[in-house]
Amino acid sequence: MTIAEKILAAKSGRNSVMPGEIVEAYPDLVMSHTATWRSVSVMQKIGATKLYDPNRLAVVLDHISPAKTEKYAGDQQISRNFARKNGVTKFYDVDSGIAHLVLMEAGHVVPGDLIVGTDSHCTIYGSLGALGTGIGYTEVASVWITGKLWLKVPASFSITLQGGFAPGVCAKDLMLYLIGTLGADGCGYKSVEFYGAVRDLSVSERMTMTNLAMEMGVKCAFVPPDEKTAEYLNGRLEDASRYCPVSADADAVYEREIEVDLATLEPMVACPHEVENTKPIGDVAGTHIDQVFLGSCANAKYEDLVVAAGILKGRKIDPGVRMIITPGSKQIMLQAMNSGVLQTLIESGGLVTNPGCGACAGDGGTLADGEVCLSTANRNFIGRMGSSKSSIYLSSPATLAASAIRGVIADPREFLR
Amino acid sequence: MQSVIEGRVYKFGDNINSDIIIPGRYLIYIDRERLGQHAFEMLGEGFADKLRSFDILVAGRNFGCGSAREQAATAIQGLGIKAVVASSFARTFYRNAINDGLPIVECPDLFADVAEGDRIRIDLEAGTIELAGKHYAFPKLPESVRKILELGGLAAYLQTQL
Repeated sequence: MTIAEKILAAKSGRNSVMPGEIVEAYPDLVMSHTATWRSVSVMQKIGATKLYDPNRLAVVLDHISPAKTEKYAGDQQISRNFARKNGVTKFYDVDSGIAHLVLMEAGHVVPGDLIVGTDSHCTIYGSLGALGTGIGYTEVASVWITGKLWLKVPASFSITLQGGFAPGVCAKDLMLYLIGTLGADGCGYKSVEFYGAVRDLSVSERMTMTNLAMEMGVKCAFVPPDEKTAEYLNGRLEDASRYCPVSADADAVYEREIEVDLATLEPMVACPHEVENTKPIGDVAGTHIDQVFLGSCANAKYEDLVVAAGILKGRKIDPGVRMIITPGSKQIMLQAMNSGVLQTLIESGGLVTNPGCGACAGDGGTLADGEVCLSTANRNFIGRMGSSKSSIYLSSPATLAASAIRGVIADPREFLR
Repeated sequence: MQSVIEGRVYKFGDNINSDIIIPGRYLIYIDRERLGQHAFEMLGEGFADKLRSFDILVAGRNFGCGSAREQAATAIQGLGIKAVVASSFARTFYRNAINDGLPIVECPDLFADVAEGDRIRIDLEAGTIELAGKHYAFPKLPESVRKILELGGLAAYLQTQL
């Protein structure tokens, strides 16, 4: 069996499952973010009061936080009160950061877990070997109450990485290349497992990969747990005995096997208004930008901030560009503060906001008609950051930093020479 | 939910994402009416009003991709749309549509033949779509899922289980 098949079998009390089968599975964790109040409203509407297991709930207020309007404030109050009243101990308020990163940092994501949540980028939990997938708020309420949901067992693809990245190229470029090559539904309904040189990539890079995998339509994506996973989780898990990595069997069946030579990749940029609209940096270099956004669950981890600061150190961004930096979590922000990374980013001309989803979810950094933003986020859909007449390009943190300095989209390799 | 849905078609292309269907700034709402007012707003002023004169959306591949926001399905219902037929759906939209009581049909064969304004007849029970006398078969939804749709969505279904 593949990793997805093994996890779905285990969580539905079966010895084995086949792709296409529908199972009734019991998730280990149900994540809800700013959408929590909507699930609470479903419970109220149907008159349900009892949770299956409050220990399986995690609530993180990350989108539009702190509250920007009375409506948001009221909604967050509902979520907060719900968590308090029901003894939800995995509750993280507006100071904490982006749900995905917060939950992984806090040791709530364990290899082999099944995790569902009100966010499509739950696929990121596969960076630690857990099956993460997105569901809507009504279904979250349903899992809160019943503890289970139906899931179709996906067929699996394997993507084997060979070689290593050239300087200035990273996991974001790999994923933009894959999304551009395979398409927005190139892995539709599939589980994707990464092999080969993924062993050489950091857990932070793996998070970027399993996060961006969503943009090629995956149900879930995995990096098989290894010593780097164990090292990341060391000291984070409440119960260390829960560390039981799941790997695929030698005879696991993959519907498609893809190979990528990392050494041949260049910095990539996704152009408006679809993520699959990717181009090598040479084709878009020189494109005018008004704003850059270093943020989101895809690329606002500590390593991402370090990469950007490495290029920006001792330099100033172009006066025509606004640089918004939104650290992924409070922990990341503290680390960047203590190491001087934040100071470098601020001195180069950046504006640092509170941790959270920020501008990626339309919270601040709104774009006016005709404005162009280069972002490290995972989506460039029309109007996502403001006006329907604005444009979003997506890139790695290195490309973002180089572009902020030049005032136009620029090749980060120019700064590595 | 009716098992036969009939009406005029509006046709979309591939990869219609949920940010297009309902922009993030309106996720503060969960009711059909208000979400319907802002559905597809990014495609221009008056576009939603235009859609209200149609009954069924037909789309290409990967309809509803992107964000897992359930309100994408709710907003479509808010426009008075009775069903969505697509060559394929993003999995989050597919689940959300069922849970919101919006009938969805995966039928890749229909796409090339149908045009804006055409009348189609979807028979969910039989698993067929009729367009100008021609029939297109689609795989019927599993019984358990149809039960949720019949009751008008997951919330109503859950209520029967309490």
